[in-house]
Amino acid sequence: MPLLWLVLILLALSVAGFFLGRQRALASAGGNSKDLHSLPSYYGHNVALTGLVPALGVLAIWLLAQPLFIESRVSSLIPEEAIPESSTLGLVMSDVRRVAEGLDLAVSEGVMTPEQARNMRSEFSDVRGRLGEIGVALGSDVRPEVLNAAQSYRNLSNTGTTAMIFVVALIAAVGFAYSYSKTHKDFRARNVVEQGIMALLILAASLAILTTIGIVLSMFFETINFFSLHSWTDFFFGGTWAPNFRGDSELSILPLLWGTLYISVIALLVAVPIGLFAAIYLSEYANNAVRSFAKPLLEILAGIPTIVYGLFALLTVGPALVRFFGQGENGILGVEWMSGATSVLTAGVVMGIMLIPFVSSLSDDIINAVPQAMRDGSLGLGATKSETIRQVVMPAALPGIVGAVLLAASRAIGETMIVVMGAGAIAKFSANPLESMTTITTRIVSQLTGDTDFASPETLVAFALGLTLFVLTLGLNVLALAIVRKYREQYD
Amino acid sequence: MNDMTAMDKTMEQQKTKIAAKGVDVHYGEAHAIKDVNVEIEDKTVTAFIGPSGCGKSTFLRCLNRMNDTIDICKVTGDILLDGEDIYDKRVDPVQLRAKVGMVFQKPNPFPKSIYDNVAYGPRIHGLAKNKAELDEIVEKSLRRGAIWDEVKDRLDKPGTGLSGGQQQRLCIARAVATEPEVLLMDEPCSALDPIATAQVEELIDELRSRYSVVIVTHSMQQAARVSQKTAFFHLGNLVEFGPTGQIFTNPEDPRTESYITGRIG
Repeated sequence: MPLLWLVLILLALSVAGFFLGRQRALASAGGNSKDLHSLPSYYGHNVALTGLVPALGVLAIWLLAQPLFIESRVSSLIPEEAIPESSTLGLVMSDVRRVAEGLDLAVSEGVMTPEQARNMRSEFSDVRGRLGEIGVALGSDVRPEVLNAAQSYRNLSNTGTTAMIFVVALIAAVGFAYSYSKTHKDFRARNVVEQGIMALLILAASLAILTTIGIVLSMFFETINFFSLHSWTDFFFGGTWAPNFRGDSELSILPLLWGTLYISVIALLVAVPIGLFAAIYLSEYANNAVRSFAKPLLEILAGIPTIVYGLFALLTVGPALVRFFGQGENGILGVEWMSGATSVLTAGVVMGIMLIPFVSSLSDDIINAVPQAMRDGSLGLGATKSETIRQVVMPAALPGIVGAVLLAASRAIGETMIVVMGAGAIAKFSANPLESMTTITTRIVSQLTGDTDFASPETLVAFALGLTLFVLTLGLNVLALAIVRKYREQYD
Repeated sequence: MNDMTAMDKTMEQQKTKIAAKGVDVHYGEAHAIKDVNVEIEDKTVTAFIGPSGCGKSTFLRCLNRMNDTIDICKVTGDILLDGEDIYDKRVDPVQLRAKVGMVFQKPNPFPKSIYDNVAYGPRIHGLAKNKAELDEIVEKSLRRGAIWDEVKDRLDKPGTGLSGGQQQRLCIARAVATEPEVLLMDEPCSALDPIATAQVEELIDELRSRYSVVIVTHSMQQAARVSQKTAFFHLGNLVEFGPTGQIFTNPEDPRTESYITGRIG
């Protein structure tokens, strides 16, 4: 609660600072805004932002740092022997936090006075019972060490919060006072505000980049953990994917990579010709009326959640393929090649359908970017429309289209839901598209959501798989971007 | 000025190549060309002049049905090529464009090699039986385009790597390669510097010995330099059509005179 109040007060102060700053600037110019260096509102913004932004920044950092600091201080209070046989420091610490929160709640509900909460001794009173009365359920009786730690936890966080409010208020006050005193008709407020805006934009951009780096690093460290538990030669060069609970799992990426690439290739075989031809029709042949309803319709396909495509694979495409390639005498072809609805072909075809709008809308843009002068030149020489497209438009657009296909490929490689529902869960090398196979993404899901210990190689392998997948799609994206950039240089 | 040289050019009577009778063009609601009648002679350079938006380019594009590629454009009236109506249902616009070649305002070489640019037309029309014949056509066309000596050592390099003037001459060579009977040029020098312009103008004068050339231009000096016949368009009307010398020295219509002396346009 005090946090919300603090922020509200800061905001109110900055609004007041805005008007005061503007007032002072105008007064320094004798009320004539033409004598000011900047527009009056820039002086207001300068005061408001100089007070608000550093204070809010310190507040944010404090809120992030304080729990970490308190955690490390309190956990050093818990002696080694206080941790039970079957437990860990982390579990004891979560008990501590629960007790501390329970005490906070008890005080705020008026069940206990602050003094009682601070001086309570588990030797003399039933902490578990009293906290139970106000709805805080504890698993076991509270041991003296835990109660002690919880009380010092409360102490520290109370002190910390008070200090935080004081420091933040001080910074805000100094900021306001400094910028208010600087406000004068010759002060270059516009330039300062301009720099402030630039800093804001840089902050947003660096947050996005830092998050990416953070994601990669978190995967990277877990991957290192995995490779310290499991040999990297088996991961990269082994031939079998067979996780088990006995501790001698074979965790090789190759069967999964094979499944991933096989399904992606089938998806691209479906998506690229259909998407490309649709794009050529829409951009070169269709008149405005057709284009205006066909294009949005195609793009609706791109908005369907992949889980719906998964259902389509499981309920429609899979059984249809089984009727065609399976069921022996009762099947359409009278063969017995396919027994279950899940197969590489099912997932590949449905994923291909998903990628059609992706390929077509990217290719459409690229084909439209080929200058009309190219088409005129070819038509003016007596070429037909399709000759023009085949011999002039397509070669000119080809690098861009290759880029679009590579982007589609990296989407296919990263796709999960359709594969979970359409391709099955068996990791193997097989060239038969009617068999079940599995991919890297689906194995990541099943390894992380399984009930094995988090520190076991069977779980940590998910991070190694994820990092490999990341590197793979990153490589494809870089390649695609490089090709698209090269294409861009060709005209202009 | 070069007016006198244009008038001094031999004015022997040539047979009519293209005859337009009562041509009207509509872009949707806009009436772009109004009842134009003109006779374009064989082995003659005919210039279309007039202020921007007067319809001269639109009319030029009617002559090889390039306006067919624009949905909202509607052409009525008769345009006869060697006495045959080119807007007749039986006429294939693709074949027509092989006979009536076109060079555009901005040089537009394809992003292919110089050789492939020139061989493009002969290939799609099957003009060469074998590689040797195709080589011959390419060389002959590049020579007619007055660019052979500059590119003969780099025929496999992309056409887009040439300078602007070279690109435009390459485009003329490309148009010539399909053996057209008429060559339409839509402001072929507007994107070129004076030296490249002079080269292209010299080339146009040479092309006159084989083809009927129709050129749209904004430059009256250019029209006077290269053409034997000039047509002046204004607001979609063909105001005056006659020998170039006469148009520039002794125009009949006051609007032509105003334009040539710089009072309108």
